Amino acid sequence: TLTKLRFSRNAFTNLEREKFENLLQGDEFYRIRLPSNVLSPPGRDYIISSVKARCLPREGLDEHFVIHTEGVNILAVNYGAPGACAYPRQLKLPAKWSFNSHTVLKNSEQAPRTPVFAEEIVGVENPEGEVVMPPERSFWAKYWMYLIPLGLIVMNAVTQAMNIPEEQTAGQPGSQTQQSAMQRGQSPAVRRR
Amino acid sequence: MGVAIRVFVLLLFFSSTIPTFSLFEDQVGLMDWHQKYIGKVKHAVFHTQKTGRKRVVVSTEENVIASLDLRRGEIFWRHVLGTNDAIDAIEIALGKYVISLSSDGSILRAWNLPDGQMVWESSLQGTKHSKSLLLLLNAEVNKDNAILVFGKGCLHAVSSIDGEVLWKKDFSAESVEVQQVIHPLGSDMIYVVGFVGSSQFDAFQINAKNGDLLKHKSETLPGGFVGEISSVSSDTLVALDATRSILVTINFQDGNISFQQTYISDLVEDSSGMAVILPSSLTGVFGVTINTLTLFVRVTTEGKLEVVEKIDQEIAVSDALLLSEGQQAFALVQHGGEKIHLKVKLGHNWNSDFLRESIEMDNQRGLVHKVFINSYIRTDRSHGFRALIVMEDHSLLLLQQGEIVWSREDGLASIVDVTTSELPLEKEGVSVAKVEHNLFEWLKGHMLKLKGTLMLASPDEVAAIQAMRLKSSEKSKMTRDRNGFRKLLVVLTRAGKVFALHTGDGRVVWSHFLHSLRKSEACGYPTGLKVYQWQVPHHHALDENPSVLVLGRCGQSSRAPAVLSFVDTYTGKELSSLDLAHSIVQVIRLPFTDSTEQRLHLVVDADQRAHLYPKNPEAVGIFHRELSNLYWYSVEADNGIIKGHAIKGNCIGEVLDHYCFDTRDLWSIVFPSESEKIITTVTRKLNEVVHTQAKVIADQDVMYKYISKNLLFVATVAPKASGEIGAAMPDESWLVVYLIDTVTGRILHRMVHYGSQGPVHAVFSENWVVYHYFNLRAHRYEMSVIEIYDQSRADNKDIWKLVLGKHNLTSPISSYSRPEVVTKSQSYFFTHSAKAIAVTSTSKGITSKQLLIGTIGDQVLALDKRFVDPRRSINPTQVEKEEGIIPLTDSLPIVPQSYVTHALKVEGLRGIVAVPAKLESTTLVFAYGVDLFFTRLAPSRTYDSLTEDFSYALLLLTIVALVAAIFVTWVLSERKDLRDKWR
Repeated sequence: TLTKLRFSRNAFTNLEREKFENLLQGDEFYRIRLPSNVLSPPGRDYIISSVKARCLPREGLDEHFVIHTEGVNILAVNYGAPGACAYPRQLKLPAKWSFNSHTVLKNSEQAPRTPVFAEEIVGVENPEGEVVMPPERSFWAKYWMYLIPLGLIVMNAVTQAMNIPEEQTAGQPGSQTQQSAMQRGQSPAVRRR
Repeated sequence: MGVAIRVFVLLLFFSSTIPTFSLFEDQVGLMDWHQKYIGKVKHAVFHTQKTGRKRVVVSTEENVIASLDLRRGEIFWRHVLGTNDAIDAIEIALGKYVISLSSDGSILRAWNLPDGQMVWESSLQGTKHSKSLLLLLNAEVNKDNAILVFGKGCLHAVSSIDGEVLWKKDFSAESVEVQQVIHPLGSDMIYVVGFVGSSQFDAFQINAKNGDLLKHKSETLPGGFVGEISSVSSDTLVALDATRSILVTINFQDGNISFQQTYISDLVEDSSGMAVILPSSLTGVFGVTINTLTLFVRVTTEGKLEVVEKIDQEIAVSDALLLSEGQQAFALVQHGGEKIHLKVKLGHNWNSDFLRESIEMDNQRGLVHKVFINSYIRTDRSHGFRALIVMEDHSLLLLQQGEIVWSREDGLASIVDVTTSELPLEKEGVSVAKVEHNLFEWLKGHMLKLKGTLMLASPDEVAAIQAMRLKSSEKSKMTRDRNGFRKLLVVLTRAGKVFALHTGDGRVVWSHFLHSLRKSEACGYPTGLKVYQWQVPHHHALDENPSVLVLGRCGQSSRAPAVLSFVDTYTGKELSSLDLAHSIVQVIRLPFTDSTEQRLHLVVDADQRAHLYPKNPEAVGIFHRELSNLYWYSVEADNGIIKGHAIKGNCIGEVLDHYCFDTRDLWSIVFPSESEKIITTVTRKLNEVVHTQAKVIADQDVMYKYISKNLLFVATVAPKASGEIGAAMPDESWLVVYLIDTVTGRILHRMVHYGSQGPVHAVFSENWVVYHYFNLRAHRYEMSVIEIYDQSRADNKDIWKLVLGKHNLTSPISSYSRPEVVTKSQSYFFTHSAKAIAVTSTSKGITSKQLLIGTIGDQVLALDKRFVDPRRSINPTQVEKEEGIIPLTDSLPIVPQSYVTHALKVEGLRGIVAVPAKLESTTLVFAYGVDLFFTRLAPSRTYDSLTEDFSYALLLLTIVALVAAIFVTWVLSERKDLRDKWR
């Protein structure tokens, strides 16, 4: 496989420079091409890539290549500005007419392997045939639904049990006398009406 | 061990929390429908009288063998053979088996006639590609009731009882192109006739009992032969010579071959044009077509030819049917205006018609392509005939006594493309009486339902409830509903017919057989390609009906001229059609519409020119404004090149055409031909809605999805491994996947799966792509996911930046900026092989997604996207669990309840389409193949509406009861108050 690739970048001649300026004026595409095979250029076909010319000028002409290779073949070249290219592209002529190139060579990366949990699955299957007991739950966790109503009933019973003796001891005799007194007091009034 | 148990328990817990789509038994058919079809009939065999039951067995171009009820046209049984198992012939043997020959004459199967069970199957070996023929031998010749099969250059005699090969005769050594196998009635000889080269005629005489070659004669005709042979009698054949101007009568009686030549010009004056012999089996007569003229020519005993009838019209002829004692009948079908004329003639008496019927025929069915006849004995002991006819639109009709007994729309078995259309809005002003009636019905229905829920209903009432739910008039109304469940599915079939199906119950609302896609002199082999929404009125042109655009071409090659047709989706009328001068390779739907809401389409032809439609100045104006921002790509799969294009300017030609544009190449990617071959390319759906770009992950962090409409997923495999699974070793097969920006041609992501191969099925949505392939090392299918995130926006998390306005969220995105993306990917094992993959889509994109996987069993499986998440890990933290991340497993679970198609099968599944409903939670799913299936899915349950089963009556009753209770208690408390006061 290819580990190093050396290529040269020709500077613009005057004619080319004029042409490039025309491209900048018209917001046109600047197109480059590379052979698709390094050993026997041009290979099957030239690989082309283009960028809006207005993306390139900064101080000089900044360009960024990403070359994707596969063996001795070049699959594709991604060509463009090294940074952002703001959308309403402004017309700007470069101060220096020299290229400032950055190049990255990329090979394909390998996909992550599918995880295999063979041993863990065996563990879960439990070769001895034992039934895995669910973790023992506490008393409350098991029987809360019975306990709560029971508690309510108990509480109810307790409050009733507490109420009844109270009424019998203190309330009963007093109320009787009061009632009789009231009755006595009321009845004349009723009769008066 | 302990960890494993915990993982397992957690898994159980999570799998129980994931909402799965499932139905109760009584919900089947509430919101789904299923239709069974068979496709265009190729052969039909009627049951003989003895079997009693009125059935016909047919084989079709969709590789279906089916037994149909002759009374109603229903399917008794049906078998769908594989896509590359085309049926060559069918016959009925022994009165109880259906024999089918398929796969170029190499697989012979016997099916039980009453129930369609397979009785036996035998595969016949052969070396050469050849014509496949199937012939039954009579019982008196051979006790085994042998079947003669010619296929792959060999003649086999197969026992029809158990499918064993009795004898075999190989013809591949003789380099003879066998044309016919003839078995004269009552003899024990078989004649095999064919051509060697183009000019030598060979006849082999073979003993039918043991396959011994008795005689072999050959004779040369200097003129040479071309095309088909038609057998006129057991020892006479008719063929055409190489110039197609001479009819050659071949007589091979007793092994002596003699030719007799007759010029076609002697038979008919105007004989210029291609003469073709009709493939039919009539005794003594054969048919020849010259252009549109059809001649029926009788061969006299002396070998003379005489024309018996000339018909200057499209015509369909049936095979001869043996009536009784050597009497043969056959049928002719002709068109005449709105009617078709069916004529049944007896073989020996051409001049008079035995039966003549005229049947009214809908002109939406086109011409009659095929006719099969069957006779029955009427009560008055005369012969009656029924005819099964196959029309140009692939529909199947049964004619009897001058009437259409039934018809089947079997064109729907071969759907090419699907789109949807809205229904008309509901008209204002509904009458009061109707409302009252409806109200009463409504109340009654709800009372019934209430009874059902309270378990008070009697069995009769339960049945009534079920029937009411299934036949709810609400779902099959012809108007738009608030939830957007009711729509029209506009489908284009291979025959070129457009159908509109109602999503409520699947009925055909209208159908239109497009004139531009009918076979005509101008257009020999029209093929329908695509159907798109053309005009969706919503803003400006509300009073206009929506319409669809149907694209087709005249012929098979990509250079054939294109045809456009516009169809109104409310009425099904063809509004207009255009026969274009240019070809059609690619259609680009632009995201712009003109003032009448017609969408702009760009048609790219084979010469790399782009043509704009609709052709009006306004559209050109809109197009010119957006010209500089228009990019597209093309994939040359055979060359292994992907190219990007842009518009250059108007076409340069003799005539100035404002609607034609020249294009230029912007970028190209050349895959090395020795190591990579493109097998799949997938893009996002254009109309997909993404709700939010930000994805909040567990630790309150934000990831930004890289949402670009211009992403292309490409999968390539090693050329060696592009064939069947198992054809290549794991070491020499690999699968490379790419994510490519289609504006600049940038490869954003590139990854190799070593030891894997296709077929690759993929789906692209939002910022992720899921693809399915085969892993040779693990001997299993796998599904992988790639998610792509945008890093350039990652630093917007700082709240101060947002406050001070220093963020870049509002700046326009340019593809020419260098993208900063990260990708995450993960692979999982998946048990099934897939036929198609789609993804649910909802109107706002909020609802979580499900993958819809068409499995090899012709079912559709809904798999939650959360299972194919690259961020799954073995031990998710507590926060990750809260986010909904499922613990990592090596394979994807297949929950039986999550089959969308529940117990049904969509035979021959080819595609799945998901359409958003107006209700956010719901998506409409349409799966098509030989069968059609439609359902409604709610990937996260219907969180935004009450279910249809919701008992309004119960709610009402509760409210009434509560109000009553309030009143009662109020009155009671009033009384008590009063009593207290009186005290």
